[in-house]
Amino acid sequence: MNMRVKGERAFKVVGTRPPRPDGVDKVIGRALYGADVSAPGMLTGHILRSPHAHAEIVSIDTSAAEALPGVKAVITSGDFGVPEDSALRDVQDHCMARGKVLYDGHAVAAVAATSPAVAKAALKLIKVEYRKLPHVTDVDEAMKPDAPVVQSGLVHETVAPGFSENVTSYCEFGHGDLEAGFAKADRIIERSFTTAATHQGYIEPHACLASMNADGKADLWCCTQGHYHVRAVCSAILGMEASQLKVTASEIGGGFGGKTTVFIEPVALALSRKSGRPVKMVMSRDEVFRATGPTVATSTDVKIGMTKDGRITAAEARLRYSGGAFPCGTVEMGAQAAFAPYDLDAVRTYGWNVLTNRPKEASYRAPGAPQAIYAVESVVDELCLELGLDPLDVRVKNAAQKGTLSSYGPTFDDIGLMATLEAAKAHPHWSAPLGPNQGRGFSAGFWFNFGGNTCVTLNINTDGTVSVTEGNPDIGGSRASISQMAAEELGVPYEKVRTVIGDTTSIGHSDITDGSRVTFAVGLATIKAARDAIQKMCSRVAQIWGIDEEAVVWEDGYVKPASPNAGDFKPMSIEEIAAISFQTGGPIAGHHEVNAEGAGVSFGVHIADVEVDPETGATKVLRYTVFQDAGKAVHPDYVEGQMQGGAAQGIGWALNEEYIYGEDGRLQNPGFLDYRVPVASDLPRIEPVILEIPNPGHPYGVRGVGETSIVPPLAALSNAVSRALGVRMTRLPMSPPTILKAVSAAGV
Amino acid sequence: MKVKIWGSLRRFTDGRGELEVEAKNFKQVLDGLAEQYPGLKPQIERGVSLALDGRIYRESWFAEVRPDSEVVLMPYMTGG
Repeated sequence: MNMRVKGERAFKVVGTRPPRPDGVDKVIGRALYGADVSAPGMLTGHILRSPHAHAEIVSIDTSAAEALPGVKAVITSGDFGVPEDSALRDVQDHCMARGKVLYDGHAVAAVAATSPAVAKAALKLIKVEYRKLPHVTDVDEAMKPDAPVVQSGLVHETVAPGFSENVTSYCEFGHGDLEAGFAKADRIIERSFTTAATHQGYIEPHACLASMNADGKADLWCCTQGHYHVRAVCSAILGMEASQLKVTASEIGGGFGGKTTVFIEPVALALSRKSGRPVKMVMSRDEVFRATGPTVATSTDVKIGMTKDGRITAAEARLRYSGGAFPCGTVEMGAQAAFAPYDLDAVRTYGWNVLTNRPKEASYRAPGAPQAIYAVESVVDELCLELGLDPLDVRVKNAAQKGTLSSYGPTFDDIGLMATLEAAKAHPHWSAPLGPNQGRGFSAGFWFNFGGNTCVTLNINTDGTVSVTEGNPDIGGSRASISQMAAEELGVPYEKVRTVIGDTTSIGHSDITDGSRVTFAVGLATIKAARDAIQKMCSRVAQIWGIDEEAVVWEDGYVKPASPNAGDFKPMSIEEIAAISFQTGGPIAGHHEVNAEGAGVSFGVHIADVEVDPETGATKVLRYTVFQDAGKAVHPDYVEGQMQGGAAQGIGWALNEEYIYGEDGRLQNPGFLDYRVPVASDLPRIEPVILEIPNPGHPYGVRGVGETSIVPPLAALSNAVSRALGVRMTRLPMSPPTILKAVSAAGV
Repeated sequence: MKVKIWGSLRRFTDGRGELEVEAKNFKQVLDGLAEQYPGLKPQIERGVSLALDGRIYRESWFAEVRPDSEVVLMPYMTGG
């Protein structure tokens, strides 16, 4: 059998914009989300949460709650074991406090009852005796040697002596001689920046339905970005074998990294185990804010030296990230990403992770990168202003390219930063005039992108249509993209292919839908599964024709003789081959299982225009343009959606969103009225410009696109506001009070 | 072959940022590093990635490492 491989592939399906297969169901309300599943005899589960930021749990008395009619189970941490694995123990302790509550909203007990009213009444009957402890929610305060210690015994060997025990890890990256580099600079600027913790802000709260049988088998339906991960974590926490827990992912109303772990799922399973009944749990918005993962809060110092003509001579950054009350490695990602867009002879980043009395951080689109790049790009912008240089020209002059030794270690292969910069320079947005109180900001951005473990089964149905089963929840339109790649490879119309997300018993392990990996990795596995099926179909037709497999080819949905020498046979279509599959060896399917590597990094650059009202401090975003290297854009609508969505979330992060803690360590704004995400009327049209620099690590040149777009907006907005005001902004969010305070302090 | 490590690990390698290891694949790189520099073991056990000629591998033990490959040890990468 021959695979016809074309050098410059002319795509027929990939690159088109078919309607999304889940669109109608979502618009008319038929799609089943996490809270939409029910079961006979189902109970309602509710969680009692800590009112304190930090306290010892002296005792918990659940007897009165258990005696309340309608209550079928009450659980505390005593209903779980203590995992040996530290990462698993952290996840479990985050779901249910053990010994201490570590943040406002930390779960201490849970109830399953016959109605929500009974469950809520039961929560009030649980008596918890706390001994309040000093708390700390600010990252810089938490690093001080005399700070209240959130958790002891978690410090990695990488941390030098002298810090609080809250400092759990340290990292350092870079190369070159900083001292010599700074000595060459004509101007050096040092600045400190802070960013607030922000929530992923998905519309759908966490929800699940757990049902455990008396024989120990269990079913779990939940909204998640990775149901295999949910199975692994929950089965380990519950002491079950993974095969006995079947997890089905619902439709998902947004995740953005926040649904890459578990919060209520082990609790629901434990309640079901104890009550013998199915238990449904749905978080309130208050619970989502208080007890699920926001991103890290950060404090960063940046120092950059530049020559008069715009060449960066040396750069360093010190990053302090807090991922809440449990260790996390997000600062490592920020420290690696900080200077990635630049070709630097001397660069160094230093990062510390710090515990605070906040909920455990969960990933949020390109975790760690937006905060670091915000600080770096702000200083680059300030240098450009002071030296009278065009900020885009300076990025071009210093841009990382193929062959650049990256700031985090490896040498870059094919990358698309220069192409995005050139596209931005040529775009009319860059040269459009600005009015009074208006400013234009620019920022580059970067993300690594991953592949990961992936299984795909592609069945050729007996009518010649195609069913693809994969294991990654569709959070950004992947079912359409996967169907397109299957159709492309098989040479059949898109409409002949349907892709579904299998439960954990129907297909092998697939990693979480994260790291911008699905279109890359699942797409790669789908293409190879299609090639597997093609090989089988070619083999069968060759047998029918009585010629060698090498003498046939697959082309546009047909098996054909490879050349006139192979014989004079009428090409057989996929429908004809499928129709006789029972007679030629049985059903036809292709499979591929892979740990896909080589995802290829991604760059993007953003331009933002704002107008700032000097009287109120309110900022209006006037115009916004996103340029991003997407590799081959499989479904351009979805690529543009990712670019626009990341920009919108980044605009919210830059202007308004923030976790606000009171002196008592309690979250002051756990709701969308007080935690303000941008709505449609806050945003201009976000213009996406896709650059297609093929990724050599993928058969179609695909790169991940889901995360890079949230990296540049923080600095693009901050630079725009700073230029509009004539005052350098150093704190996010730039809410009106923050802007007025900065203006007042600067005496403008 | 030479393996570059990130800066904060140098305290476990006598200050060296480039280490010599005999290896033909990802797994052998990690085994070689852990054997020669036991101070790196806790980090390797927590998780690391490897960049081979500019491409990042998170887990693939059998990813080939050629004598002239650029090999860079990196933290285990996570995404959102």
